[in-house]
Amino acid sequence: MALNGMEIYKMLPKKNCKECGFPTCLAFAMKLAQGGTQAEKCPYMSADARAKLAEATAPLMKTVKFGAGDRTYSLGGETVLFRHEKTFVNKPRFAVMFDDSMSEDEVSKKINNINSVNYTRISEEMYVEIAAFRCSTGDKQKFISFIKKVMQTCSKVVPMIITENPEIVFSAAEEFSGLGPILYGANEQNYEAMVGIAKKYNLLLGVKAPDQANLYNLVQKIQNAGYSELLLDAGGRNLKTAFDDMVNMRRTALLSQDRTFGYPSVAFVCDMTKDKMMEVAIATLFIEKYASIIILNDMDYSMALPLFALRQNIYTDPQRPMRIEQGIYKIGQADDKSPLLVTVDFALTYFIVSGEVERSKVPAWILIPDAGGYSVLTAWASGKFNAKSIAKAIKEFEVEGKLKTRELIIPGKVAVLKSDIEDELPGWKVIVGTREAAALPAFLKDYLQEKAS
Amino acid sequence: MAYKKPSQKFSGKIREVTIGSDLKLGGESTLPFYSFDGDTGAKPAIGMEIWDILPESWPQSLKNIFGEYAHDPVKWAKFCMEKCNPDFICIKLEGANPEGNDKSPDECAAVVKRLADEIPLPLVIAGCDSDEKNAKVFTKVAEAVPDKNYVFLSAVEANYKEIGAAAGMAYGNIVSAESSVDLNLAKQLNILITQLGVKPERMVMNPGCSAVGYGFEYVVTTMDRIRLAALDQNDATLQMPIISPVSFETWKAKESAATENDMPEWGNQEDRGIAMEVATAAGVLATGSNAVILRHPRSVEVIRNFIGELTA
Ligand code: B12
Ligand code: SF4
Repeated sequence: MALNGMEIYKMLPKKNCKECGFPTCLAFAMKLAQGGTQAEKCPYMSADARAKLAEATAPLMKTVKFGAGDRTYSLGGETVLFRHEKTFVNKPRFAVMFDDSMSEDEVSKKINNINSVNYTRISEEMYVEIAAFRCSTGDKQKFISFIKKVMQTCSKVVPMIITENPEIVFSAAEEFSGLGPILYGANEQNYEAMVGIAKKYNLLLGVKAPDQANLYNLVQKIQNAGYSELLLDAGGRNLKTAFDDMVNMRRTALLSQDRTFGYPSVAFVCDMTKDKMMEVAIATLFIEKYASIIILNDMDYSMALPLFALRQNIYTDPQRPMRIEQGIYKIGQADDKSPLLVTVDFALTYFIVSGEVERSKVPAWILIPDAGGYSVLTAWASGKFNAKSIAKAIKEFEVEGKLKTRELIIPGKVAVLKSDIEDELPGWKVIVGTREAAALPAFLKDYLQEKAS
Repeated sequence: MAYKKPSQKFSGKIREVTIGSDLKLGGESTLPFYSFDGDTGAKPAIGMEIWDILPESWPQSLKNIFGEYAHDPVKWAKFCMEKCNPDFICIKLEGANPEGNDKSPDECAAVVKRLADEIPLPLVIAGCDSDEKNAKVFTKVAEAVPDKNYVFLSAVEANYKEIGAAAGMAYGNIVSAESSVDLNLAKQLNILITQLGVKPERMVMNPGCSAVGYGFEYVVTTMDRIRLAALDQNDATLQMPIISPVSFETWKAKESAATENDMPEWGNQEDRGIAMEVATAAGVLATGSNAVILRHPRSVEVIRNFIGELTA
C-alpha cells in the first residue's frame, strides 16, 4: 500500500538537518509521497524504514520491456487513470495475428499489409510492432518454421509466441530469444515450466486465466515463484467482459493500489470479432482504456490511419502540447520567387501543411509566427493568429530581405484576415488558400500556373 | 489474499432527457459502459445526418448511397430509416449558410416541418456555420415544430439567448449547448442557458468534437473531466447528456476525403471514411457521449453492434 506524507514523516529521524535537500523532514516526506524524490536522499533513516518506504513508493504499475536492439519497447508504468491527471506514458503496441493453420494466401496478405503500413505522422514512425503467432496445429516443427518464414519477410516486428504448451514455448524461445519475443500462455497448470523458460531468457511472459479472480491468484503464484516481467490476460473474449477486465485490472493497480495487477495487459481484439470495422471500434476503446498490447486480425491503411493517429493523440503529454519553432521554413528547392504560405506553430498543423506542400512538389516557404501553439481557428479565436502576429513574423524573420515575392497565402479558415494583413503590410497581397490542407497541392499548382500566365 | 474487484460509486448522475416522444438519453451514474459499477442509463443513441441541400462536398462513396434521395430531405430521411433504422435523424440546414445558398428562415422551417410530419423519429436540427443566421433560423424552425422535444444543435455563446428563448422555452424543444473543448466554457454556457429559464431537463450539450488525430486528445480530456465533475463532484451544471456530431468532423479529414488517385498507397477510400467515422464515434462514446451523429450506413451498423455488445 502507498503511504501518505504524514505516514512517511512518522518514519523519519526528524532531525531537520536539510541534508536531503529539503528544509524539513516534513517537506521531504511530502515530496516523497508524491514520488518527487527518493528515500535514499535521507542518510539517517533506519534500514527498516528504508525498506518499508522503498516498497511503498515503488510504482504501482510495473514498466516491462520486450523486443531487442532498436526494437525494444516499454509497456506499463502508468500512474493515472485519466490523462489529464498527469499523462499516459507507454503507448499500446499493435500486433497482427498469425495462426499456423492459416492459408498461405491469408498469411501473405497480412505480411503485405504489415510491410506497406509504414509512414510518419508528426515525426512519429507508424508501423505494426508485433506479429502474434498462435500455434493451433500443435506441431512444434511446423510452428517454428512458420514463424521463421513470416519473420524473414517482416523485418520490423517482434514475435509474440502464443501457446500453452511449454515444450513448444521452450523451442521457440530458444530459436528467437535474440529478438526479445513475448511468450504468452502461462496458466494455472503450466506456470512453473513457463516461468522457468521466461526466466532463463529474461522474456516478457503473458499470463492467462479464465477470469480476474483466477488471474489474481495465478499472478501471486508467479510472483512467489520469483518472476515479475508479466503481461496480463483475464480471459475476456467478448467485448463486455474484456472491457471489464481492462478497466478493473487497471483500477486494482492504481486505485486499490494493489500491485498484483500492476502489469500491462493484452487485448485479443482479433478474437472478439471478425469484422474489420468492429475491430477499429474495439481497438479505439482499448487505446483509451487501458490495453498495452492490442492484437488485431490485420492492419491495412484504413485501420492504421485512425488507430495510430488516436494513439498518438492520447499519449501526448497534456502538459506539453507539441509546438514547432517559429521561423521561416524552406520546403524543397525553394528560391526567392517561390510561393510563401503562413500557418500556425501547432506541431500537428505544421506537419500536415508541410506534408501537403511536399506532396505538391512545388518548392515553397512556410512562415510560422507566434500563434501560441494553437491550431488555426483556436489561435485565431484566442487572438494569437492575426494580422499583427503575422506582420510581426514577416519583419522578425526578415522575409522581405530574403524573398522577392510579396504575396502571402493564408489558411482558408481565416479568410477574414485578408484585408487586415494587407493594411498591416503595405506592398503585400494576401491570397486566401484552401480550408483543408489536403487541397493544397492542387491549389499550389493552379496558383503557379496563374502567376506564369 | 483474495481478489477484491474495485468499484467506483458516484453521488452524481447524468440527467435523463427525452428527445422526441420517447428516445431517452443519459440517466447513468457510472462512467461510460461501466456496467460493473452501477446503472449505465439509457443506451447511447445513433443518429444519421442528412442535409437540406445536395451534399456536393461529400465523398463519392456517400453520394453513391444517398444520391438518389438527396434532392429531397424527406425521401433521404425515409431511406435512412428503412435501410439503417437509426434512433434519430439529424437534419443539417447547410442551405442556410449566408456564404452558400442563404436560404431564408421560413424556407428552413418548411423543410423541418415536412420532416416532422412525415418522419416518426426524433429530429436533431443542426444549423450552418453562421451563429447569427442560426439564431434567426432556429427561432423560426422551433416555432414551426412546437412541443416536439426536437434537439436544436446548437446554441453557442453568441446566440444562446435567441435559441434558448425560442427552442427551449417558448416552443417546447430541446437546446444543445455547444462550447469549445473546455470544461469551464461548457459549465458557463449551461449556467447562462438555465439562468435564461430553460429547464436543465430540456438541455443537452456538445462540449466540442473533432476527428481522431485532429486535436482529439483535447476532446477526450474535456469529456473525461466533464463526466468526472458531473458524477464524482455531483456538479449539476454539467449533468446534461452529451451529443457529438462525429460526421461533421470526420468526413472532411484527409483520411476520408483523399481519393485513391490522391493517395494510392492508402487504398480504398470508402473504407477509410468509415474507419475514421467509426473510430471517432467509438472514441467519444468511450469518454461519455450519449448520442453520436453519423453518415455512413456501415458506421451505423458497426457502432450499433459496439454499443449493443457493451450494454448487453
Ligand atoms: C483541440 C482544440 C482546442 C485545444 C487547442 C489545441 C491546439 N493546440 O490548438 C484547446 C482545448 C486548448 C482549445 C482552446 C480554445 N479553442 Co479550440 N478547438 C480545438 C478543436 C477541437 C480541434 C483543433 C485542431 O486541432 N484542429 C486540427 C488542426 C490540424 O487544424 P488547423 O490548424 O485548422 O489546420 C487545418 C487547416 O486549417 C489547414 N491549414 C492550416 N494551415 C494552413 C495554411 C494554409 C496556407 C492553408 C491553405 C491551409 C492551412 O490545414 C489543416 C488540415 O486541413 C477545434 C474544433 C474542431 N473540430 O476543429 C476547436 C476550435 C478551433 N476552438 C475554438 C475556440 C473558440 C477555442 C477557444 C478560443 C475557446 C475559448 N473561448 O477559450 C480556446 C482558445 C485557447 C485559449 N484558451 O486561449 C473554436 C473556434 C471557433 C471559430 N470558428 O473561431 C473551434 C472551431 C471549436 C468550436 N466549434 O467552437 N481548442
Ligand atoms: S536528511 Fe533526513 S533527517 Fe535530515 S532533514 Fe532530510 S529527512 Fe530529515
